[in-house]
Amino acid sequence: MNTNSHLEKVFNSGEFVVSAEIGPPKHASAEGMHHYADVLRDYVDAANITDNQTAVVRISSIAGGVHLNNKNVCPIIQMTCRDRNRIAMQADLLGAYSLGINTILCLSGDHQIFGNHPTSKNVYDIDSMHLIQTVRKMRDEKQFMCGEEIKNQEPRFFVGAVANPFGDPFEFRVDRLEKKVEAGAEFIQTQCIFDMERFERYMEEVCRRGIDERVHIMAGITPLKSWKAARYIGNNVGGMIVPDEIVERLKGAEDQKAEGLNIAVEQINHVKKIKGVHGVHIMAIAWEEKVPEIVERCGLYPRPKFD
Amino acid sequence: MDNFEPKIVAFCCHYSAYSADLAGSMRLQYPPNVRIIELPCSGTIDHKVLLSAVEDGADGIFVAGCMEGDCHFTRGNYRAKKRVEKVKEILDEIGFGSDRLEMYNVSADNGTRFAEIANEMTERIRSLGPSPFNKKEGDKN
Amino acid sequence: MIVAEQKPIKTIADLIEDSNKVLLVGCSACVAVCLAGGEKETEVLASALRIKRKQEGKPLETVTKMVTRQCDPEYIATLDDSVEDVDTIISLGCGVGVQYLAERFYNKWVIPALDTKFAGGSIEHGQWEERCGLCGDCILHRTGGICPIIRCSKSLLNGPCGGSQDGKCEINKDVPCAWHLIYERMKSLGKLDKLLEIQPPKDWSRSRDGGPRKVTREDVFID
Repeated sequence: MNTNSHLEKVFNSGEFVVSAEIGPPKHASAEGMHHYADVLRDYVDAANITDNQTAVVRISSIAGGVHLNNKNVCPIIQMTCRDRNRIAMQADLLGAYSLGINTILCLSGDHQIFGNHPTSKNVYDIDSMHLIQTVRKMRDEKQFMCGEEIKNQEPRFFVGAVANPFGDPFEFRVDRLEKKVEAGAEFIQTQCIFDMERFERYMEEVCRRGIDERVHIMAGITPLKSWKAARYIGNNVGGMIVPDEIVERLKGAEDQKAEGLNIAVEQINHVKKIKGVHGVHIMAIAWEEKVPEIVERCGLYPRPKFD
Repeated sequence: MDNFEPKIVAFCCHYSAYSADLAGSMRLQYPPNVRIIELPCSGTIDHKVLLSAVEDGADGIFVAGCMEGDCHFTRGNYRAKKRVEKVKEILDEIGFGSDRLEMYNVSADNGTRFAEIANEMTERIRSLGPSPFNKKEGDKN
Repeated sequence: MIVAEQKPIKTIADLIEDSNKVLLVGCSACVAVCLAGGEKETEVLASALRIKRKQEGKPLETVTKMVTRQCDPEYIATLDDSVEDVDTIISLGCGVGVQYLAERFYNKWVIPALDTKFAGGSIEHGQWEERCGLCGDCILHRTGGICPIIRCSKSLLNGPCGGSQDGKCEINKDVPCAWHLIYERMKSLGKLDKLLEIQPPKDWSRSRDGGPRKVTREDVFID
């Protein structure tokens, strides 16, 4: 064990891991987050707290992480490179750890053009690869990015990163994953998987190169509420593929929401059998209430407990 | 105002100017208000020249080029069209309005069409009244 | 070249509202090439401003001048005789030109007629595109001759990010993904292995931070 992260413990136990995602609110009340923490607590091993997702201002991921900790849910704080330079990011790493947060997900972040402040300036002082390296360097070498020693308690984070098997160029996606593992990522959450065939091709290459031995990969699953949502995601979100058969299946269903959950359950049961997949990350966008049902139906309940 | 005779400057390419000649030799009636400035090709018209005509008091201005697809220099008339559009934009932006400026296409053997254009433009300008920069007419106002 | 674009005429007119006589200074360098501040654009702007003001009953007197380069003091000096009786100087140069005019004619009100956009080149007649981020530390030898600093919307050094699809950037389907281009070029050069190396964080101290940057060549100093 490198850290006190509950997520790391579950991975080490060999259990199939389950995480979910909570988007913090666009106001200063933590009530909703507390509610979702209660909903998810017994059904997931950890929950992501997004970092101003889609570049919309929200409660910060670190503050959200503290709220989750208070509710006994292991928070995975997301940290993007969009809004902070290397000074602010390292300061926040120190601060987050001092507040009891020990699991992090490093990512580039959505471009600000998608958010509610499209006239803002993005930072991108460093990229996600450098952020992974920095978190590891602070933990393993007790050094800041610049090489200066951390003289007292170093922040000890279990480090995650993201991968998108559906972005292009497809041939480079496994290379980029390998670079992130090389940089120090210990677990990976993938973009939402709808095109299972492409994901399987991706995982075959991952396993052929032995990358699955070096990192825990969690398959990203999103239950869809309607065929329109499915089509919208496929057509309008960069790096997302939604095959027609999913759109058609939802369209033909009597109860689209129920069918969306059925599809998610089938997808999870499918990825459980794919070599190299060690967990599932359920991104139920504005549908967090349904996570317990999905987890139960997939036979992933109860979740392991450790002392 | 009733006896307002607009001054209209027509920048005509060599070939459309020929249609003006033809209109004359066909004894077609068109108002004497149109003063023709012959260009080798409508594509040689320039933003600056059009604005100068406005500043110097022309009540109306038009550029006449060959029919689209028939320019003797291949694409000169398309370029003229884009420049006229741009100058119309500028005139709108500065509050002068773009109605006093127009682009026409006419073929060298169509004297009738030239006479029509000249009449059409004269009528339009007559209804707009004199340009605020028309020194003589402006003085009357 | 430095690529610029003229501000709306109304904006410029508002900036000189109180002036009766203005000097418009064009520049024959970059901004002439990108058709923003050359001789013709200077004349057209002057004419448009005059027409606007005349209609409003407050005629504007204009003087137009061209200089070879507004970014060289010796050329700016050629304007010395033209500035005395004008209220305002309108520069149709890039941001450098505006500042050189303001420095030389310290007691004159100098305003920009252009928005200076980027360092780029023409992609077709009448269209220009950004190519260089002026970061001060060129890495094009590592990225297949394609600049990720300015052409990637996130300036990633280890792209492409997850938003790249069908060769396009997530921000807009009309924007090519720079890292996709880099990948394709490196592939065609047989150098994909170079992309597996993690590119180190950038030293931004060589970029815009720390006051204006200077380049010095002492061997060509005259005195």
